[in-house]
Amino acid sequence: MSGEPKAVDGGRRAWLGVAAAGLAGVMLAPGVRLIEIARAAPARTGGADPAVRWGMLIDTTKCAPGCEDCVTACQTENGLGTPTRPTDARWIRKIEIKEIKTGRQASVPVMCQHCAEPPCVDVCPTGASFKRADGIVLVDRHSCIGCRYCMMACPYKARSFVHEPLTDQHPDVPRGKGCVESCTLCVHRLDRGEKTTACAEACAKAGHGAIVFGDLNDPGSEIARRVREIQTTQLRADLKLDPGVRYHGI
Amino acid sequence: MKTIAETRNFWLLVALGGLVTAVGLGAAHTMEVHGHVITGMDNAVVWGLPHVFAIFMIVAASGVLNVASIGSVFGQPVYKPRAPLSGLLSIALLAGGLMVLMLDLGRPERVIVAATHYNFSSVFAWNVFLYSGMVAIVAVYLWTMFERRFNAWSKPAGIAALVWRFVLTTGTGSIFGFLVARQAYQSALLAPLFIVLSFGWGLAVFLVVQAAMYRWNDRHLPAETLARLSRLLGVFIAASLYLVAVYHLTNLYFARQAGFEAFILRDGGIFPLLFWGGYVLLGSVLPMGLLFHPRWRSEGAVLAAALLVVAGAFAWLFVFIVGGQAWPLDIFPGHVVSSSFSDGQIAAYRPTAPEWLLGIGGLGAAFLLTTIGVRALDFMPQDDLPAVKH
Amino acid sequence: MWRLLAAVLLVLVGNAAVAAEPAGRTPKPAIEPAKALTQCIAPTEVMRRDHPKMLKHQRDETVHGGIRGAAASLKGCIDCHAGAATHSVAKAPGDFCVSCHAYAAVKIDCFECHASTKGTQR
Repeated sequence: MSGEPKAVDGGRRAWLGVAAAGLAGVMLAPGVRLIEIARAAPARTGGADPAVRWGMLIDTTKCAPGCEDCVTACQTENGLGTPTRPTDARWIRKIEIKEIKTGRQASVPVMCQHCAEPPCVDVCPTGASFKRADGIVLVDRHSCIGCRYCMMACPYKARSFVHEPLTDQHPDVPRGKGCVESCTLCVHRLDRGEKTTACAEACAKAGHGAIVFGDLNDPGSEIARRVREIQTTQLRADLKLDPGVRYHGI
Repeated sequence: MKTIAETRNFWLLVALGGLVTAVGLGAAHTMEVHGHVITGMDNAVVWGLPHVFAIFMIVAASGVLNVASIGSVFGQPVYKPRAPLSGLLSIALLAGGLMVLMLDLGRPERVIVAATHYNFSSVFAWNVFLYSGMVAIVAVYLWTMFERRFNAWSKPAGIAALVWRFVLTTGTGSIFGFLVARQAYQSALLAPLFIVLSFGWGLAVFLVVQAAMYRWNDRHLPAETLARLSRLLGVFIAASLYLVAVYHLTNLYFARQAGFEAFILRDGGIFPLLFWGGYVLLGSVLPMGLLFHPRWRSEGAVLAAALLVVAGAFAWLFVFIVGGQAWPLDIFPGHVVSSSFSDGQIAAYRPTAPEWLLGIGGLGAAFLLTTIGVRALDFMPQDDLPAVKH
Repeated sequence: MWRLLAAVLLVLVGNAAVAAEPAGRTPKPAIEPAKALTQCIAPTEVMRRDHPKMLKHQRDETVHGGIRGAAASLKGCIDCHAGAATHSVAKAPGDFCVSCHAYAAVKIDCFECHASTKGTQR
């Protein structure tokens, strides 16, 4: 580029070439370093898969009134402790229902319904309440300011607020004072590769088989087959929130 | 020139306001250290007494600016000299209300997160801008009124403040209006309802402060001015009563929420008591009597009416905010339900001392700001200037 | 008048200087060595400067992306740096995170929610 007669474009092409090469180098170099560190790390999970939609099918005809196996399993798995006061957290509870006109009774486990259009996500001012790529609705406690607007918005009373300082949290389930929380579909287990939630597992182990957990988007999964075969409803379907939890028998 | 007595009295008032505010801040601190378990709020009633105080102050902050709007935007001469005081009260009330709201958060130290992370489908996120923008706009508006060479700009600034506070109060009503699941709230009517409520509550606060300032300075409102302001308050109370009635009728006849309405209006114990006795009787009918009855009207009567309206406002807000949460969510329509999480049961709520102290602390902060503002700048409405025609 | 002011200032500054290094106030951080025969994910100077940024970036990946077990995961840090006596990074004043943060007077709220202990110990 020094002593030769200038090209027709005044050396611009050469300049652009060098600049592009330099830019590419600058942009790629940090990536190269990160790959180095990542390879040295322990087994890292793949993360939330947007092709998946986790859901639950609860067959209330198999739910006995007074049975709390799913509730106890959730409390143990997530380190919640047994609730005694109205300020204690409940991620799942059994609701005994009786139809007024007919008198028909049922026992229904209710937890966060993991809606496709979650009202709690719409109202959260900081975006702490969010829906993950695989459909699980979670609270990012790093951003939660504890305004409780999501608790006002939830139609299912699914969310709890932590009213006092906590100690002895489960290492996989961080939770603390001043933030809102709810059923996570045992996201810490799913991310590790386990196939089901604590409540579904406990119900199956006890022989009731009322809770089926799986990928609603996978036509071959057990839950997808079952919801194709039997009649199911969503709670408060009139609100058009498209919950990921479906019920049979109510 | 301020007399020694005036200066001493000023500092006494500042000490009083400062003490009340400090106690409120102390209450907030204990709530932060021990958690909300020391309040009466739980997983069923998540917004309690602090929200009643905060929302009253925020709605009144918007409404108190009405006085200025009628002066600057609509050109009514009686209201023009009152515009600066109205602006000051707006900022003071907004500051007090936001203080209570932010200190009641589960993690008040994370207000910075709220200021830097926004989810714009949430009314709360818009409110961060609407509320802070309100303070800025009113500050500019006050400036145009105080700075002589900018007086010509006070009308555009007044219009901007008017539009902004309509959006803001619509937002406040929509906080509740957008909650689809709660029988008390899912209504488009709430935004206009809050706007009309703000008119009455704001004017009532203005009249209380104006009366206090006049009494303090041994001055008297001209009779015609008093008559105009009291008639206006009466009209606002009537309009609010009308919209509250429409809201309940809508719930009954359009949304068919007979159970909820029976709870609020007849069976719910404290809630019907506060609604009928507090809001309707003491907060609306009695003040209207005091304001419209020709024989009863006097300076003292107008002050009493304004104070009653404020009391009625607190009663209505308690019924609206707490009563709306006390009624259980209808997860299984057509069914009777029970659970260990109080599903199907009316939730009990009794506010505790930290909640009262925090709410009153917010009022103290508004009082403190008003006192200092009134001392520092000339907010006293000057009716005897020749430019003002009665 | 100026001499009096100077004397007062001298006394105040002197007090501050003396108060800065009292025995037994906030001890200098004594970093307990991490798990033997391991290397941290980055050199010490980098970690000291950038660990807030790394943790903040990682937490978003974990919470929103579901990626666990990555290099900068909090559990990974705790696994290596937990103290021998307490099995924790934040329980005792000499534990890894607390000792530096107490000295630097930078309050962390991580362990209000996160367990600070290693493995399944609670």
